[in-house]
Amino acid sequence: MSKEPVAVVGIGQTKHVAARRDVSMAGLVREAARRALDDAELSWTDVDAVVIGKAPDFFEGVMMPELYLADALGAVGKPILRVHTAGSVGGSTALVAANLVAARVHGTVLTLAFEKQSESNAMWGLSLPIPFQQPLLAGAGGFFAPHVRAYMRRSGAPDTVGSLVAYKDRRNALKNPYAHLHEHDITLAKVQASPMLWDPVRYSETCPSSDGACAMVLTDRAGAARAPRPPAWVLGGAMRSEPTLFAGKDAVSPQAGKDCAADVYRQAGITDPRRDIDAVEMYVPFSWYEPMWLENLGFAAEGEGWKLTEAGVTELDGDLPVNMSGGVLSTNPIGASGMIRFAEAALQVRGQAGEHQLERARRVLGHAYGGGSQFFSMWLVGDRPPMS
Amino acid sequence: MTREEPPGRRDVAVVAFAQTDVARTTDELSEVEMLMPVLHSVLERTGLKTADIDFTCSGSSDYLAGRAFSFTLALDGVGAWPPISESHVEMDGAWALYEAWTKLLTGDADTALVYSYGKSSPGSLRDVLTRQLDPYYVAPLWPDSVALAALQAQALIDAGDTDEPALAAIGARSRRTATLNSHAQLRGSVPQGDYAVRPLRTGDCPPVGDGAAAVVLAAGERARELCSRPAWIRGVDHRVEAHSLGVRDLTDSPSTRLAAQRAGAFDRPVDTAELHAPFSSQEVVLRKALRLDDSVRVNLSGGALAANPVMAAGLIRIGEAAARIHRGDSDRALAHATSGPCLQQNLVAVLEGEPR
Repeated sequence: MSKEPVAVVGIGQTKHVAARRDVSMAGLVREAARRALDDAELSWTDVDAVVIGKAPDFFEGVMMPELYLADALGAVGKPILRVHTAGSVGGSTALVAANLVAARVHGTVLTLAFEKQSESNAMWGLSLPIPFQQPLLAGAGGFFAPHVRAYMRRSGAPDTVGSLVAYKDRRNALKNPYAHLHEHDITLAKVQASPMLWDPVRYSETCPSSDGACAMVLTDRAGAARAPRPPAWVLGGAMRSEPTLFAGKDAVSPQAGKDCAADVYRQAGITDPRRDIDAVEMYVPFSWYEPMWLENLGFAAEGEGWKLTEAGVTELDGDLPVNMSGGVLSTNPIGASGMIRFAEAALQVRGQAGEHQLERARRVLGHAYGGGSQFFSMWLVGDRPPMS
Repeated sequence: MTREEPPGRRDVAVVAFAQTDVARTTDELSEVEMLMPVLHSVLERTGLKTADIDFTCSGSSDYLAGRAFSFTLALDGVGAWPPISESHVEMDGAWALYEAWTKLLTGDADTALVYSYGKSSPGSLRDVLTRQLDPYYVAPLWPDSVALAALQAQALIDAGDTDEPALAAIGARSRRTATLNSHAQLRGSVPQGDYAVRPLRTGDCPPVGDGAAAVVLAAGERARELCSRPAWIRGVDHRVEAHSLGVRDLTDSPSTRLAAQRAGAFDRPVDTAELHAPFSSQEVVLRKALRLDDSVRVNLSGGALAANPVMAAGLIRIGEAAARIHRGDSDRALAHATSGPCLQQNLVAVLEGEPR
C-alpha cells in the first residue's frame, strides 16, 4: 500500500509579541488560521479536519482548550484533535495532521499550534509542587545548562560559540516581520556582555516568552494541484521519544534525536544530510543547542558541530543556513515554536520567505524537541513531490 | 470533504485490551504505578514487548494530575528504550486510538500500543472540569459538570424525551449489568439518592474514580497472528460541536450522528453498543442519535454510570466492545466516547469480528 503525498499549501502566523492583550486566545488562533487559509486561497468549508497543539494547559489555565477553540477554528461539525508532546508539540501536531492526509482519511487538514503565555506565567506553570518528583529547577535554562557544560567539555568548544549563534539568530530575526525580538542595535559585544543567567547561558542567548500562533493547510495531491502558490512537499516525517532520566541517557546528544533524523532521512532518501539538505530550522531555545543539534542531526561529526557555527556555515549566507527566521531564540510561543520551525522550512522551499528567503532551498529540515530532550519531531520538506 | 473509504484501505484491529479496577481513591499509587500493570497485562496478551511495538500513543490530562507535562512520567513507565515512535493527545484515550489507527493506515506501523489514565481523586472533579469552559466569559462563574448536565436533562424532560423514573431506570440497569464487571466501581443495587442538581439525582451521575486502560492495535495478518478473533475497526470518526451551550440543541447530538454515519455505523445493525454517557440523561440523547433500539445490548459493562475514570472511560468503551468480539459475544459492536460539557465532542468506532 502507498501513502498519499502530503503538501503544505497554506502558512500563516501571527506577529509574535510578549503580550497580545488586544485578542483572546480564540482571536489569536483565528488570526493565524485565517492567514493560512488566505495563503492557500481556501475557505473554512474546504477544511475537513483540524489538528491543534500547544504545550501544557497550565500555561494559559484552560483545560483541553480545543473544546473552547472549536468555534474559532471553524471546527464545528468536523473532527478536532489536540496533540500535546511538550516542546516538540508544534512539530508533532503537524505530523499528526500530515498522517490524516497520508492515510487518506481526509483530503485537506488545518493544523495550528499556539501559546498565549501572557495569560499566565510559564514559570508558575512548570513549577507546581508535587512531592517525590524533580521540579524543573529555575526554569528550563537551569535544566539545560549542565548539558551545555557537558557538551563544551566533551567537544572542547571555545566558550564564544554560544554568543555567535545568538548574534546570528537575532540578526536573522530582523528580516522576519513575524519575529518577536527585533533588536536593531544588536552587536556581538552586547550579546557577550549580557548577564550570565545559567552559566554558560547568557541572557541574550536565551529565548523570549511570546504570545503567538502558527497554522498550516495540508492537503493531498489533488489539493496541491489546485494550490495558487508552489506547495512544499513532505518528503519524510518522524517522532521519537525516550525516557526523561535514566543511567543510559546521553543528555548532550540523545539517541531519540539521532533515530528520529535517521528515520526522516531514510524516508526522504537522504544519504548525506550535509550535502543533500540545503538549510535547517532547528529548535534552539538556548544558543548552544545549535552546535549540539548539528551533531545530533548528522550535519557534523561528534564534537565538530561548533566548528560549523564558528566558520559561519550556519549564517544566512553560509552553505548550511540554520534558523533563517531568527529561530526560537527570537520567538518562543512554546507550543507553537515547533510548528514555526516546520512552517519556516516549508516557506523556504516554496520561495515565500520574503527577506530571509534563501537562494537555494530545495530541501529544508524542520526540527523540534521537548521535555528534558526526550521528545523529538522532524520533517523534511522539498519543492518537488516525493518519488514514490 | 471527507473521502469515502478508498478501496484497499488497510484492515486494522483491536487485538488486546486491559484495564484497572476503577476505585474512588488510589492514594497509594502514582499515575505511573496505576498504569504499569495495565501495560504489562495488555502486552502479555499478545506476547509483544515494548520494543516490538511500532507506534505508541497515549491520552491524559495535566489538569487531573495537577502538574504540567504529567504524561512524560508515564512514558518512563512504558520503558521507551531504545527510543520509540510515540505521541500523546491531551484527550481521552479514544482519541489516542484514533491517532494510532491513522498511523497504521499510512502503513508506517503494523502494531500500536494505546493507553490512557486519569486520577480524579486528588481534587474536586466538578471544580476541575469547569476549567474546560470558555475562560473569559463562562469559567469565571464556575458552572460545574453536574449542573451543566442537569440543564441538558431538564431540556430532555421538557421536550418529553424522558422523565425522572426513566432516568432512574437507566442508572439502575447500568449498575445491575455492572455486577458482571469486576472492574466497575459501582455495582448492584445503588440507591437513586437525593438530587445532586435537579432533575439529576446522585444515581443519575457517574461515580468519581481513578483508572487506566490500554489496547493493542495491529494491521492485517499481524492482527490474526496476535489474536484468534481480532476486533476489526470498520470505521472511526469523531466530530465536535459548538462550545457554547446556548447555541446547541441539548436534546440532540448531531456530532454523534455524523460520526456514526462516517464510521459506517448505520450501514448494518450492531448487536452491541458501549456508550460513554456519564449521566443517565446522556444515554437518552445518544440512543436517539445512534438509532439504537431494544435489540441492541447497550453498556453490558455498566458504562460510565458504573465507572467513569476521566480520560480512560472512552478508551474503555472501545476496549469493552472489542473484548466482547474477541470472546465471541458480539459480531458487530459500536463504541462511543465523549469529551467536553454536555456531549460537545463525540467519537464513534465500529468493530467487527469475522464470521464464525
